[in-house]
Amino acid sequence: MGLLFLSKHLPVKESQPGVPKTPADIISTVEFNHTGELLATGDKGGRVVIFQREPESKNAPHSQGEYDVYSTFQSHEPEFDYLKSLEIEEKINKIKWLPQQNAAHSLLSTNDKTIKLWKITERDKRPEGYNLKDEEGKLKDLSTVTSLQVPVLKPMDLMVEVSPRRIFANGHTYHINSISVNSDCETYMSADDLRINLWHLAITDRSFNIVDIKPANMEDLTEVITASEFHPHHCNLFVYSSSKGSLRLCDMRAAALCDKHSKLFEEPEDPSNRSFFSEIISSVSDVKFSHSGRYMLTRDYLTVKVWDLNMEARPIETYQVHDYLRSKLCSLYENDCIFDKFECAWNGSDSVIMTGAYNNFFRMFDRNTKRDVTLEASRESSKPRAVLKPRRVCVGGKRRRDDISVDSLDFTKKILHTAWHPAENIIAIAATNNLYIFQDKVNSDMH
Amino acid sequence: MLSKGLKRKREEEEEEEKESLAVDAWWLDPGHPAVTQASPAVTSSSLFDLSVLKLHHSLRQSEPDLRHLVLVVNTLRRIQASMAPTAALPPVSNPPAAPSMADNLLASSDAALSASMASLLEDLSHIEGLSQAPQPLADEGPPGRTVGGTPPGLGALDLLGPATGCLLDDGLEGLFEDIDTSMYDSELWAPTSEGLKPSPEEEPGKEEAPELDEAELDYLMDVLVGTQALERPPGPGR
Repeated sequence: MGLLFLSKHLPVKESQPGVPKTPADIISTVEFNHTGELLATGDKGGRVVIFQREPESKNAPHSQGEYDVYSTFQSHEPEFDYLKSLEIEEKINKIKWLPQQNAAHSLLSTNDKTIKLWKITERDKRPEGYNLKDEEGKLKDLSTVTSLQVPVLKPMDLMVEVSPRRIFANGHTYHINSISVNSDCETYMSADDLRINLWHLAITDRSFNIVDIKPANMEDLTEVITASEFHPHHCNLFVYSSSKGSLRLCDMRAAALCDKHSKLFEEPEDPSNRSFFSEIISSVSDVKFSHSGRYMLTRDYLTVKVWDLNMEARPIETYQVHDYLRSKLCSLYENDCIFDKFECAWNGSDSVIMTGAYNNFFRMFDRNTKRDVTLEASRESSKPRAVLKPRRVCVGGKRRRDDISVDSLDFTKKILHTAWHPAENIIAIAATNNLYIFQDKVNSDMH
Repeated sequence: MLSKGLKRKREEEEEEEKESLAVDAWWLDPGHPAVTQASPAVTSSSLFDLSVLKLHHSLRQSEPDLRHLVLVVNTLRRIQASMAPTAALPPVSNPPAAPSMADNLLASSDAALSASMASLLEDLSHIEGLSQAPQPLADEGPPGRTVGGTPPGLGALDLLGPATGCLLDDGLEGLFEDIDTSMYDSELWAPTSEGLKPSPEEEPGKEEAPELDEAELDYLMDVLVGTQALERPPGPGR
């Protein structure tokens, strides 16, 4: 397959053995920016941590392109809705970067109810030599000023400043699950369980509702929106997925309210695999357009599927993530694991897809060679510069030495959030409160 | 008038969740046989009970996860659809085989009411000056079976004022249809007939309402409005 990985263990907050993990430190979203230079993570405590890739230096060829902490800030705080007597969680559900248009970086972060636009700027110079103030900023005694000087910019230690530029509040009654920036770089959408709103990045006091699937009578509610994304190139197209496993491609040129889809992507239920849990496992937890814009990737409980935008009847490719769980659905229903929402990701060339699983495993599928691999994100397997060893889950029958049996899988260790660098083979894996960044060995050997 | 019951602080809710999880966490034990087996003996009825339990647990949240709720309700419907046509159910399982009972459950399902609650909450959030939301009364589980984990909070008979007329549209009898009578002694409220298993969760409203006299109506109204603490009610009828 050609994807051997070097591991770089980068805990966001070092977890000590024996010390219970603070729930606030659980990573809830991971996102590279458009160049891959920056990597943002959001956590359950409402914090955002941004990592920056160090430029590769000839002096230290082995520390090529490591990611170090660039900035940390508190994005959202817990809030209380007094009208409904409900507490609003500060957990960051999604982060999306805006394409960079000047020296500053901007990103959108959202919790269940409120989206915020943050601007990240660098300051590495400081003016010195003021006429009226001295070095400490105190006013000078004017009688001592005998000549005028022009203040000079002197270098200083890099300071990263983050400021909230816009707060998009009160747009959603239900919980926001997705945000997506339009290719026009002026608008973005936010989706909750029943509605999708379109915002202008500069306007916070109003938004346009473009999808509304709330039934007139809530007793008739049988389906919710689970994820949503704008097409990467066509600013009028977006897709949203549902809890029933369908995808709807909508064209904003067709009507102001896009309740009527342009295309409906749905795979008929496989009669041989029918069970009480068919609907739950068909619920789409994530949808991502390919970089080319030609395909969509969806994740449901047991599979990842690649859809061609030109074919609505069925996906063109289906990959089994952990089919050995199919016989355990009842237990997984009991312990609620069946409701876990895994994300999925494309690599930069749309040739490999990746998604997380249980036991801190994550899976990659090469679309061309049809080969797949299971890897583990753990402290043991990620000593610096260690090559990740492929893992295998055995389902009875022949068992090799390092195989894990299905019954030994740890269902509390779930990899829900993963991200792939837009251009290189660098991946970011969030395992509860640890962030792992892996790099392709082939890449690094070339330097 | 503030309603009691469903509005609970998040830490209380988390505490309760922890409690219930501490009790029920056996499925996380990898050594537990039920977890390791492929569960061949799981029957529709136990799945049904589990689903109802999940539904109740979901509804206990101050703000239920809609996706979770919808998926559980849909699964419940599937299970129920598969159970309804079968005449021969094992005697130990609860017997909601009669289509009418299934209809009752669906018609007055917790999810529907909770979803209605969500909807009403949303609608009311636009109305100024209202400090509370209506709390639709929840039907507590399938007839003939006491469901563990029935939340007393949900069962609290909170009734809103005349802010929305919808709850009063069915007339006074309609109010009592959804009363959770699990707090009452079953003997006092035993339904009169129809060969149904005497159970606290039966809908006495339908059978009882015509038989309630004015004093009992007043008593119930007082309880609903919260001016009277819940105590042993007077006997039914006479």
